Amino acid sequence: MNLVVNGQKREVACQTAFQIREQLGNQTDIVILNGFQLEEDCKVTEKDTVTIIRKGVMPKRDELESMMMARHTPSVHEKVKQGQVAIAGLGGLGSNIAIMLARIGVGQLLLVDFDIVEPSNLNRQSYYISHLGMPKTIALRKQIEEINPFIQVTTENTRVTAENVKELFSGYEIICEAFDKPEEKALLVNTVLEQLPDSKIVAASGMAGYDSSNLIRTVKPMKNLYICGDLTNEAIVGRGLMAPRVQLCASHQANMVLRILLGIEEV
Amino acid sequence: MKVNGTTIFLGEQQSLFDFLETNQYNLQLIAVERNGDIVPKATYKDIMLNDEDTLEIVNFVGGG
Repeated sequence: MNLVVNGQKREVACQTAFQIREQLGNQTDIVILNGFQLEEDCKVTEKDTVTIIRKGVMPKRDELESMMMARHTPSVHEKVKQGQVAIAGLGGLGSNIAIMLARIGVGQLLLVDFDIVEPSNLNRQSYYISHLGMPKTIALRKQIEEINPFIQVTTENTRVTAENVKELFSGYEIICEAFDKPEEKALLVNTVLEQLPDSKIVAASGMAGYDSSNLIRTVKPMKNLYICGDLTNEAIVGRGLMAPRVQLCASHQANMVLRILLGIEEV
Repeated sequence: MKVNGTTIFLGEQQSLFDFLETNQYNLQLIAVERNGDIVPKATYKDIMLNDEDTLEIVNFVGGG
């Protein structure tokens, strides 16, 4: 029968996924059938997509892409790959959002931040000691290259102002607001909603401290605006920003971005 | 008038700017949508509110 194995159409005489692995790979290889990793053997039919992954080995470029595609199913992968997403601010929210969007294979990412990595960032942001002193845009780009080399990353080492929003973010279907200061959050949201009517903005508000995880949510208060967070817990003396809730909030933002890319606009 | 899903009594005629000031919103931290459209900050003083209006006001808190 005809099916797709590791990204290529093939004629195989096999009836099951493990038989294909036996014929083309090793017994320890991982088998993914239509995006799902198999623990037990399974019958295959025409038009199935089978991916055989050798454990612990760097595959060839095209093989790597077909493996990523296999994990997300081809139709999802294709839509996500077409995605163009901008991230404004690369702190606790933005750095973690960028890593997640890279892992799911968003095709084009714009990373915007003016700052360098400093020691106080390490408690919640996706940076390492080896990145200290480096512009956040560069430190993040290096990580993304190590996660998914197919992503086209553009960086802008600049501070976002009301004057440069249009120039920076024009053409991006989705913009993630990932700033720290509330004035900057409001400024970006207002400017995007006023000047870029074709873009959606996924913002964050309220994720400090260690209050219940379940208070963090996604809401859509306006036509092109999504807000993730508990909406109330600001960072203050005695209630700082900590990795778990900041990453929860970043995950809400990343998942909303994914949903929008897949054509789902509800939260 | 409806504000964030709750019906409120508007009373005397007032601008959006006056309404936000009276209700102690910090204008630096908010975004306002009126009847489905974003209201540019520069026009808050020009917009006169009426009973038919529906406002969505979001207020951002710090942290990220």
